[in-house]
Parts: sequence; structure tokens; C-alpha cells
Amino acid sequence: MEEILSLFYENREFIFLIIVSIFLGIEVISNVPAVLHTPLMSGANAIHGVVIIGSIIIMLQADPSNYYALILGFLAVILGTLNVVGGFVVTNRMLEMFKKKAK
Amino acid sequence: MNTTILGLSILELSYIVASVTFILGLKMLSSPDKARKGNLIAGYGMGLAIAATILFKEEFSADKWLNYSLILAGLVIGTVIGMRMAIKVKMTAMPQMVSFFNGMGGACAGVISLVEFDHLRHGGEISAGMLIVILLGLIIGSVSFSGSMIAYGKLEGKIADKALPAGQIINIGLLVAIFGLAGYLAFSGHLSMPLMYTLLILSLLYGVLFVMPIGGADMPVVISLLNSFTGMAAAFGGFLYGNQAMLTGGILVGSAGTILTVLMCTAMNRSLTNVIIGSFGGGGAASTQSGEQGTIKEISVTDAAILLAYANKVSVVPGYGLAVAQAQHTVHNLEKILEDKGVDLNYAIHPVAGRMPGHMNVLLAEADVPYPKLLEMEDANEDMGSTDVVLVIGANDVVNPAAENDPSSPIYGMPVVKVWNAKNIIVLKRSMGKGYAGIENELFFHPKNRMLFGDAKDSLEKLIAELKNL
Repeated sequence: MEEILSLFYENREFIFLIIVSIFLGIEVISNVPAVLHTPLMSGANAIHGVVIIGSIIIMLQADPSNYYALILGFLAVILGTLNVVGGFVVTNRMLEMFKKKAK
Repeated sequence: MNTTILGLSILELSYIVASVTFILGLKMLSSPDKARKGNLIAGYGMGLAIAATILFKEEFSADKWLNYSLILAGLVIGTVIGMRMAIKVKMTAMPQMVSFFNGMGGACAGVISLVEFDHLRHGGEISAGMLIVILLGLIIGSVSFSGSMIAYGKLEGKIADKALPAGQIINIGLLVAIFGLAGYLAFSGHLSMPLMYTLLILSLLYGVLFVMPIGGADMPVVISLLNSFTGMAAAFGGFLYGNQAMLTGGILVGSAGTILTVLMCTAMNRSLTNVIIGSFGGGGAASTQSGEQGTIKEISVTDAAILLAYANKVSVVPGYGLAVAQAQHTVHNLEKILEDKGVDLNYAIHPVAGRMPGHMNVLLAEADVPYPKLLEMEDANEDMGSTDVVLVIGANDVVNPAAENDPSSPIYGMPVVKVWNAKNIIVLKRSMGKGYAGIENELFFHPKNRMLFGDAKDSLEKLIAELKNL
């Protein structure tokens, strides 16, 4: 119990940020026309690719002789990049067509 | 000024800028004319956050040359493969592509947790709180990965719907085992790597079993849900590293994805729990009342062409069949020919037609169908009474009258396009097979309805040829 409480206290600023972000996410999304649901899902998919930063941090902090961390970290960088690059490019391709049509 | 302080300030500033671009990007994605710019802005923010992390997170030291080379190699490999996949994929295969990339993000989060757990075992500072964050990242990331891969396989047609006989009990058992094991790892102080791998395998298995039996109309909901899972996994990573960019990005997607999931469920009049427990996909309720069914009337291409040519108002209801047949350009040609003949034509778009919300819009956009011609379901339903001919192309469940008048139907209560209010219905369909939800459609036996069997693209091309001869 004490551990949980101290976790809460030490991270109170992050917890605050999390709660505000949750509401922000809800507010930002709630007015989307059905037309844009697929690109929106795809765009959101690209944004959670931000997880790649975690894999870069692992690689930066790993001891050069710690092959377990280096190999898995390397794998994670590839996976994260796939998420980011694939996500943004696919979304852009979808939206490209919308733009052409709007003119 | 101290260079480290300068670097760290630039780093944190980049994270703030990145977070703002994520929020702006999502916001702009909600309006058609700004959406593309929004996506680009979020993309630049992401690039900035990645570059700043590499440059400023740790002070550069020459003996870490291997680390830096591997980071760059990983970025290059991921970019090349990701670009290739994203550029080559057909518009119709977009949903599974999103699912695939989502799975990659989930896997990334899972791998991060594995490394950090190992790090804790070798002299890191151990606290139950950090352990919980690491374990949740592993569980959610893995479920998201294996679930997304199954969803990908299913939409690609590589994996069939399969329900285990006692699927629900097994799933609940698995969940209990996963959280039991995670609880033990977090609070016993016994940081066993074999147990961590067991947790990984159980979570992967849960992802598979969770998506496996879900078929039919629920697939878009599942992808959206898994998308928000990966967002949460990314947020746990952010918590772990005290990283604001990861936190805001992850949480935004987590909450926005959840809302999107709920919106989709509402469109289908189903509750999220119902989807997760998966009573829909099993298809147990797909009984037929053959006694009430009438006869099926076919229509010839010539008759259909004449009916269309002399109509004042025609409404097209597209569905997944249109996507499969790649007939979006053909239907646009049909639209132009009919317009030349003075026919007023629009498209009635059901929000969950196809395999993803908005799927039909994306598809028709590819064929340059003008925006104003796409009617949302509510508007289309109001117009239905004055419509002469409804052309249902490869749609099934979204035009099923059972949603309105058969309380025993699994889709009862789902809003549908009320095509039966129009004067004539023509259904273009490959065969008498059932829709994605696996249930009969009494619309096909409706007195106003006539069937035009065949591949959607073939049938449309024949119709166009006939119309040109009229």
C-alpha cells in the first residue's frame, strides 16, 4: 500500500498530465465526421509510434557489452520505426485522395 | 553555459513541441481540408522528438559507437521496409495495414519492457511501482501485437474465424493467470526471467485467442481497440522513462482510440463488453427462418440498365464487395453515364460498411467521386422514399431489415440503410452467401428486390456497356 502511495506521490505530476491528456484525447476526437474515421485511426496509430523513443533510450543507455539489451533494443528500434514511418505514410496516402477531391 | 544543460533543455523543449504537434495533428485530422496537414505536422513532431532523443538524451561517448550504429541501422531498416509496405499497399488493404503497423508498435513496447526488466535484475533500483509499469507494458504490448497480427491475417483472408469450444472460459482463465503471475512478479521481489517469458507467452496467447473468434462486423472495433491498447503501452513506457512526449502521445491515442471504439460500437448498437466477450462472432444465433422466406427474383443486365436509365433518382449503397472487386472506379464511371442521362445519383454511406469506419469514403475518394455525392446514413434514409432505384453493391449486413424487425437477430437494433423504402432495389452480389456477420438477409427475398449475380466489377461493366447502347 505504502509503495503504491509513494508511487503516486513521486509521480503526481505525471499522473496529472495523464488525466488531463485523457480528457484532451476525448475532446479532440469527439467531433470527427464518419468520413475521416479510417484516416484518424491510422493517424492515431502513427502517433503511438512515439514508443520508439523508449527503444532509443534503451540503446543509448545500454552497456556496449550487454548484448541482450543491444539486440532487443535494435529489434525494438526497427519495430518502432515501422510503426512511425508506415503509420504516417499510409495516413498521408489516404488523405492525399481526400485533398485532391476537395478541390 | 554547461553543454549538458543546454542539450537537456533542447531535449525537453523538443518533447513539448512534439506533444503539441500530436495534439494539433489529431485535432486537424478531424476536418477534411486540414487533415493531411495535421498528419504531416504530427510527423514532423515525431521526427524532431526522435532526433532530439538521439542527440541530447545521453552525452555522446566514443565507446558507444556500436549503440549509435545500431540505432541508425534500425532507423534505416525500419524506414525502408515501412515506406515500401505503405506505398505498395492497395487502398482496399488499408485496414489490415493499419492493424499491422499497430502490431509493430505493440511489439516495440513489449520488447522495451523485457529489456527494462532485465536491467532491474542487474542492479537497477527495484520498486513495485516501476515493476507494475514494466509488466503492464509487456502485457498490453504483447496482446496488442499478437491480436493485431491475427486481425491482419483475418482481413488478408489468411486466417479463418475459429472459436474454441470453451473459448470464454479459457480466455478468462488466461487473464487470471496473466494478472496472477504479474502480481507475483511485482510484489514477491523474485525477478525471474523464465517467469517473465511465461508472462510474455501467456499474453501473446491471450491476444490470439481474444481476436480469433471475433469475426464479422466486429473487426473494425477490434482494430480500433488494439490501437488504443498500443497507445496505453506507449504511455506506460513514457511513465517508465519520465518521458513527456511518450506520455502525451500514448495517452492521447489511448483515450482517442477508446472513444473511437465506443463510437463504432454505438453505430452498431452493441456494447464494448459484448464485443470483447465475443458472442457475435461465434455465429451461434445465425439461424434462419426458411418458412418466412419468399422467392428470389433475378434481374437481367438489360432490365437493370433500363430501370436505371429511366429513374430520376438513384442511390448506391456500397459495401465490402465493392472493395474486394476493386470496382470503385467502375462505379464512378456508371455514375457519370447516369448523370449524363439526367439521373440524380448519390451514395448512401453506412458508417461501418466495409471493414473499417469510413472505409467506403476512402475507397470512393480514390475514384474521385465528389464529396457532396456521399450521403451519411441518416440523410440517405430521409431521401429513401423518393428514390427510384437503390443499387446495393456488395453490401449485406448494413442493409439487413432484420436489424429493424427481428429481435432475435444478432444485429437487431443496429442502424441500417433502409433501402426497402425505395421503389426498387437491385442487389449486386456474387452468390447467395451470407454477409460478414454470418446471418441471413431477408432483403434478398423482399418483393421490391431483384438480384444481379456476379462479380461487382463485371456486373457494373456490363451495366455500363448496356447503358451506352440505350
